[in-house]
Amino acid sequence: MTALLSIRDLRVAYRRDGIEVPALKGISLDVEAGERLAIIGESGSGKSTLALAVAGLLAGGAEIGGLVDWFLPASAGAKAPLSVLPDISPSRGKMGSSVAGSPLATSKIGEGRDHELISPLEGEMSGRTEGGAVERQLFHLHDKPARLGRDIGFVFQDPSSSLDPVMPIGKQIAEVVHTHLGLSWPDSFAQAKTLLDRVRLPDPEAVLHVYPHQLSGGQKQRVAIAAAIAAGPKLLIADEATSALDTIVQAEIVSLIRRLVAEDGMTLLFISHDIALAATLADRIAVLRHGELIELGETDQILNAPRHAYTRALLDAHLGLDTEPLFHRQGASA
Amino acid sequence: MSRLRRFFRTPEAIAGALILALLAAMALAAPLLFPGDPQAIAGPALLPPFQDWSLPLGTDRLGRDVLAELFHGARTSLAVGLAAAAAALLIGSVVGTLAGFAGGLIDEVLMRITDAFQTVPSFLLALAFVSIVGPSLGVVVAAIALGAWTGPARVARAEVLSIRERDYVAGARVIGMHPLEIAFREVLPNALPPVLALSSVIVAAAILTEAALSFLGLGDPNRVTWGGMIAEGRTVLRTAPFLSIVPGVALVLTVLGVYLVGEGVVESTAVRRSLS
Amino acid sequence: MTVLAVSNLAKRYRRGGKPFAAVDDVSFEIGPAETLALAGPSGSGKSTIARLVLRLTEPDAGRIDFESTDFLALSGAALRARRARLQMVFQDPLAAFNPRATVARVLDDPLRIHNIAPRAERRHRIAALLERVGLDAGLAARAIHEISGGQRQRVAIARAIATRPSLIVLDEAVSALDVSVRGQILELLLDLQRQERIAYLFISHDLGVIRAVAHRVVILDAGRVAESGDARAVIANPQSAIGKALVEATPRLTRNRP
Repeated sequence: MTALLSIRDLRVAYRRDGIEVPALKGISLDVEAGERLAIIGESGSGKSTLALAVAGLLAGGAEIGGLVDWFLPASAGAKAPLSVLPDISPSRGKMGSSVAGSPLATSKIGEGRDHELISPLEGEMSGRTEGGAVERQLFHLHDKPARLGRDIGFVFQDPSSSLDPVMPIGKQIAEVVHTHLGLSWPDSFAQAKTLLDRVRLPDPEAVLHVYPHQLSGGQKQRVAIAAAIAAGPKLLIADEATSALDTIVQAEIVSLIRRLVAEDGMTLLFISHDIALAATLADRIAVLRHGELIELGETDQILNAPRHAYTRALLDAHLGLDTEPLFHRQGASA
Repeated sequence: MSRLRRFFRTPEAIAGALILALLAAMALAAPLLFPGDPQAIAGPALLPPFQDWSLPLGTDRLGRDVLAELFHGARTSLAVGLAAAAAALLIGSVVGTLAGFAGGLIDEVLMRITDAFQTVPSFLLALAFVSIVGPSLGVVVAAIALGAWTGPARVARAEVLSIRERDYVAGARVIGMHPLEIAFREVLPNALPPVLALSSVIVAAAILTEAALSFLGLGDPNRVTWGGMIAEGRTVLRTAPFLSIVPGVALVLTVLGVYLVGEGVVESTAVRRSLS
Repeated sequence: MTVLAVSNLAKRYRRGGKPFAAVDDVSFEIGPAETLALAGPSGSGKSTIARLVLRLTEPDAGRIDFESTDFLALSGAALRARRARLQMVFQDPLAAFNPRATVARVLDDPLRIHNIAPRAERRHRIAALLERVGLDAGLAARAIHEISGGQRQRVAIARAIATRPSLIVLDEAVSALDVSVRGQILELLLDLQRQERIAYLFISHDLGVIRAVAHRVVILDAGRVAESGDARAVIANPQSAIGKALVEATPRLTRNRP
């Protein structure tokens, strides 16, 4: 396996009323290219902070330490967008076959097997990369210092807050395509329609022209996913993307994510509080608690042979369709 | 405490607070520094300022001490401004809360009344009210409040309309709380912040309206007011302009101070987040 | 004997100018110390039914009998007095309380409104209520926003039981909680049910939770009852299309049990 992302001793603290509140206390973790990794934890575990840190979305007030290194193999870069886009502009081809830098830390060309870091940037990571010249060149070439949207697709819990309420759906997705892939507006709109079709929205042509409030919660989340994958990112981060939805829509969105990740060869970071839901999707599961990585392992191992008591407690707390009813456990009846 | 510190972060807020503090000090010190009747004759008529140091700002047409009048006028301006604004905010938030919370016919009736008051220029309303009832401090306060409560009423109603749909209002109904208690104990306090944000504008407008009424001779005749001083000085504007300029500047500074403090309060309570 | 009997309940709303039935001819009964779950996808009418039963919204048609009296016939002071017996716990415990309130005030309100204890005695009552739901009595002085989500939901339960109700509507009451906290809250609810013989109308989209705590279940689809019956039987073998879809969509945790 090749690592896409290597996180080393990631520390994040928020400042609240002058007091520093740690959210992540030194997380080290490799995300393999093409894998589906679930990050699970309860509130205050730091799982969302981890997702935001990887995406470079942490608010200005956060204090960040540690390393997030990207390993983007030259060949893999062009593969994902190819299946999305019928025609490739010259600049996009270049972008795809090169390496873009991370706003968070360093990035590196080549294989990541040995996890050798080229230009590590220790300490503060909120600033732009001051690393290798190759990255800078690329930034200038495309005038896009951030890679979110291009290399990382991010799906939030609440689609209403990530979609612009006064812009038609088609325009919102086309904008991502236009910005990150440099396609002309007509091509971008054609691409937006293809994407709406890919996320299985009925009548994509009509959906192009509707506004977010005209869609249901599940449909909005499909639109948000379409926007997230519009630029053919290598990494898709879904941060509690199904938590606001009901069970049936949740299952549909999960299977949509599974299919899209498989089709595009994306790597998936699935952030959830629900270990059972995560287990249906993930190859590996990382369990976070109070900002620390408690356990990381293959899904099968986490479910059947959890090493940590907390993981066991989480599994035992799950109320599934095979759980003994609580009132029977206590020997009471009505 | 941190809010207080945030308030004093901007120079505008500090300037506003200093002006108002000075004004309050003047108002409080007036009976101590100038214990006699400020309308009593203190020296020769139309003494220019900075001539006689026992009468630093000189005297007016009738030989009254301008400095003493200025200090006592600060009392009237502040008292009327604050009392009228408080009355307007009180009436406005009660009417707005009742309208928004009750809805239906009550809402309809209260808001049409509000409309009616809002369509009449508030100064005309005050003018008419004082001319009918007769000038006294209480009447002036009531007259100004009469034209100023509609703004707070609308803001309070809009806020209440959003708050009454919240879970905790449903929760209060579920435990059997009386609707009036829900409206005034659960909803109103949470609807107040945006209403109170209007207070600086209302206080400033009230001070100006009071000055305008006094200028037209509709102020309380037994009290010194800045508006009355300006009106008094108007007759000798060419020969003794300072008689109008001094209270005029005091008025401008007061209104400016109130605005600056209001701005400072809004700035310090607003949580500003930069996501850049 | 029933605590609550709902028959032919209907409520229509207008959405975009068109009328649509949020609740359409829904009937069910709940007995003492029984938990009846309402399950269904979003928009199936679960929460509207909760609001109708609590008289937070008035139905267009139907009948609600609570403790053998016509609940819809009550109004004003009589309705407020009867509300003591029919309580509710909301999904988001933070939104369910006045943002300015303290724990003590939240618990004092029902005791005061229903004259359950004289002023002097209320402090002890509040302490007893907090202890009953597994909280420290010292929590009373704290502001609602200062305590944790699990503690807040316990306070919400304490407030609901303060007036000794016979029925509590739990509207997604454990959905926003962490799983570890959720287990404790469910245990607390079951314990209260056993001790005080409280009936629950348990609204949830999560069949796993419903199966764990509910005796019977009503599955709703687009405002209508799709099927109902013994909770475990229905979930094990759903007959309606929506029941099957819900069961199918519930994530399964397949573990090789020791």
